[in-house]
Amino acid sequence: MAVDEKVNTPLLDELEKGPWPSFVKEIKKAQSVGPMATDLLGQLELSYEDKIGHWKHGGIVGVLGYGGGVIGRYSDVPDKFPHVAHFHTLRVNMPSGWFYSTEALRTLCDIWDRHGSGLTNMHGSTGDIIFLGTRTEELEPCFAELTQAGFDLGGSGSCVRTPSACVGPARCEWACYDTLKMCYEITMAYQDELHRPPFPYKFKFKFSGCPNDCVASIARADLSVIGTWKDEIQQDDEAVRQYAAEGLDIQRDVVERCPTRCMSWDGEKLTIENRECVRCMHCINVMPKALSPGKERGATLLIGAKAPIVQGALLSSVLIPFVPEDELLETIKELTDRVWDFWDEYGMNRERVGELIQRVGMANFLDAIGLDPTPEMITAPRDNPYIFFREEEGEEEESEA
Amino acid sequence: MAEKPKRITDIGPPHYQKFLPPIIKENYGKWKYHERLGPGVMVHVSEAGAKCYTVRCGSPRLLSTKTIRFLAELADKYCGGYLRFTSRNNVEFLMDSPDNIEALKKDLADAGFPVGGTNNAISNIVHTQGWVHCHSSATDASGIVKCVMDALYERFTHEDLPAKLRIALACCLNMCGAVHCSDIAILGVHRRPPRILHESLRKVCEIPTLIASCPTGAIRPKTIDGQQTVEVVEEQCMYCGNCYTVCPAMPLNDPENDGLSIWVGGKVSNARSEPKFSKLAIPYLPNNPPRWPEVVQAVTKIVEVYAANARKYERMGEWIERIGWPRFFELTGIEFTRYHIDDFKHAGLTYHRSAHIRM
Ligand code: SF4
Ligand code: SF4
Ligand code: SF4
Ligand code: SF4
Repeated sequence: MAVDEKVNTPLLDELEKGPWPSFVKEIKKAQSVGPMATDLLGQLELSYEDKIGHWKHGGIVGVLGYGGGVIGRYSDVPDKFPHVAHFHTLRVNMPSGWFYSTEALRTLCDIWDRHGSGLTNMHGSTGDIIFLGTRTEELEPCFAELTQAGFDLGGSGSCVRTPSACVGPARCEWACYDTLKMCYEITMAYQDELHRPPFPYKFKFKFSGCPNDCVASIARADLSVIGTWKDEIQQDDEAVRQYAAEGLDIQRDVVERCPTRCMSWDGEKLTIENRECVRCMHCINVMPKALSPGKERGATLLIGAKAPIVQGALLSSVLIPFVPEDELLETIKELTDRVWDFWDEYGMNRERVGELIQRVGMANFLDAIGLDPTPEMITAPRDNPYIFFREEEGEEEESEA
Repeated sequence: MAEKPKRITDIGPPHYQKFLPPIIKENYGKWKYHERLGPGVMVHVSEAGAKCYTVRCGSPRLLSTKTIRFLAELADKYCGGYLRFTSRNNVEFLMDSPDNIEALKKDLADAGFPVGGTNNAISNIVHTQGWVHCHSSATDASGIVKCVMDALYERFTHEDLPAKLRIALACCLNMCGAVHCSDIAILGVHRRPPRILHESLRKVCEIPTLIASCPTGAIRPKTIDGQQTVEVVEEQCMYCGNCYTVCPAMPLNDPENDGLSIWVGGKVSNARSEPKFSKLAIPYLPNNPPRWPEVVQAVTKIVEVYAANARKYERMGEWIERIGWPRFFELTGIEFTRYHIDDFKHAGLTYHRSAHIRM
């Protein structure tokens, strides 16, 4: 290639120093793949000098028949750095739980070395494999090779974004449902909605196996699925005593940290008032050998989390307190369809489901999707008297009297 | 050449079961408990007594295919040809015996990959694209992450904090990633209203959509030289960038005024206290590449004060709730300003309406 591989980057070179692995070294390693990495270094160095990004507002590029999965990106200094004039990203749907065979990883690398910069993110914020930087004409051939190898693109734009799941039953004793399976099934069920954006804005599913919520579903997913249990915490008294014998201060570090103070410890026996337990996981996290989630497992469904754009950040709130594991997939699908129907009809442009609920009110939203209100949905009943009574209800009562 | 293969679409991701190592497949859903064996190393024990050893190492997230091939080589050498990544961009090597742990750790150390990030350590920073790939960034992402993790390296390779500590970085208010519920969030901010490129606005933007995009109603229609365009009521602008997302002719990037803000005390886990948002600690720090000394110093200081003062199992936000915000500002030496007082939609919820005051 006619590119000078020794582009001068004194500022970026500072980021090769220090003990943490360096992304600058990674970009330099990709110089052997092709000229893109060298021009990326050049442009990034310019950003470090100017303190400003040098990418233009995205352009619409993609693969045939899909409305997402590719983020178009063009340099605003293409004359200086022609090899990153186009620097589009492909989002490749990762396998549930981010497990790979080395064979699959090498296949991905081979494809990307042939069609792109040789740079990736493992992984992007939503969980996809990110192929970082290629030209428009490489998109279709790259996609063809990916699908040949059994991979498909992830979501971008106003679509179902690539669902993600915690490691779950694959390597975690606390998984209260099969997060990997659920993530896979939902991803497969909504391929059309994932690849062809049909909504007012994006919609995310995230699957965490227990209330530790390792994939941040309560902060990031429009539909958060968080594993939990209905019966009692499983308890091995001998193992509890063992923790105590090994020096764990059960009174201070477990009992007094329980948010509902539903435990007591007499130095011999740990007693849990399971009716009062809110399934927070603390005691189980501290004593994994002695305590574990109950046997009647399933998940809590919560709705509406999002980052600040547009109307402010929201955490998801409870929609269904407990769904048994064997009913989970069907319940999620049914509920999702009803939520989408309502959102399709009433959602404004770029309005996430959580914002729609804020705007129309949770009670109206529940009516629309056909769910009965339950006290688990709120932290407290309203404290203002401005109630919109409905006429029919008053009338019905009168006619019954 | 051979005939063109048929175009395949909508196949979804590969089935995850193809990629599970035997030790995982055999014990899927049958794990009983786990134990920590030191920073970055754990063992999970199944009901049948089988053991899965995990070695976790940090990565810069931005990986060359060369490095991925290198990690694959290690997985071939020690793990029967499988590996996984975590939700925070760490790499995990899974083994059915402890025999190779030390050899693997040594290979990782030789290649510059730190082992750690488990339990009460700082895990890897989740972050966004920054100047490497995004058009709306107020700052770089990978660069700051590198500098902060260089400074907090020992906190990754040791499990010596009171509790978990999760740091996240987003380079604009779009916040790709869950930064708004992190123990410490580093957030790129703009501080001046968008510049309006009237010429291109007419060509590339729909004015009604643009006006509707502004959450504060700061954008108004305007006619200049008989041409339809918009104006921004500057006092109403909070530099959120919504307008820029829908209209490329409203850029906010500004090398002089863009910078970083620091937020603290958020969490997503339900353990003990409920999940919570991160709250503003420092409204603005200068954007100072290549090593961002102000940001590194601020984050390090917050971590050190937390480490010295929080009780065991107290996350950043739980610690601050116990000691109170006045004490947090006092201990960290961070100045409390008018910017810390909320004035957006639900501002009143954070006014202190009681006489409970620590003197
Ligand atoms: S969310 Fe719970 S089940 Fe899933 S990996 Fe984390 S601790 Fe395990
Ligand atoms: S799970 Fe949480 S609420 Fe339940 S007993 Fe344990 S510490 Fe208490
Ligand atoms: S946080 Fe903002 S600037 Fe950073 S990658 Fe996301 S959209 Fe781009
Ligand atoms: S930056 Fe935000 S507040 Fe300012 S004009 Fe644009 S949309 Fe409105």
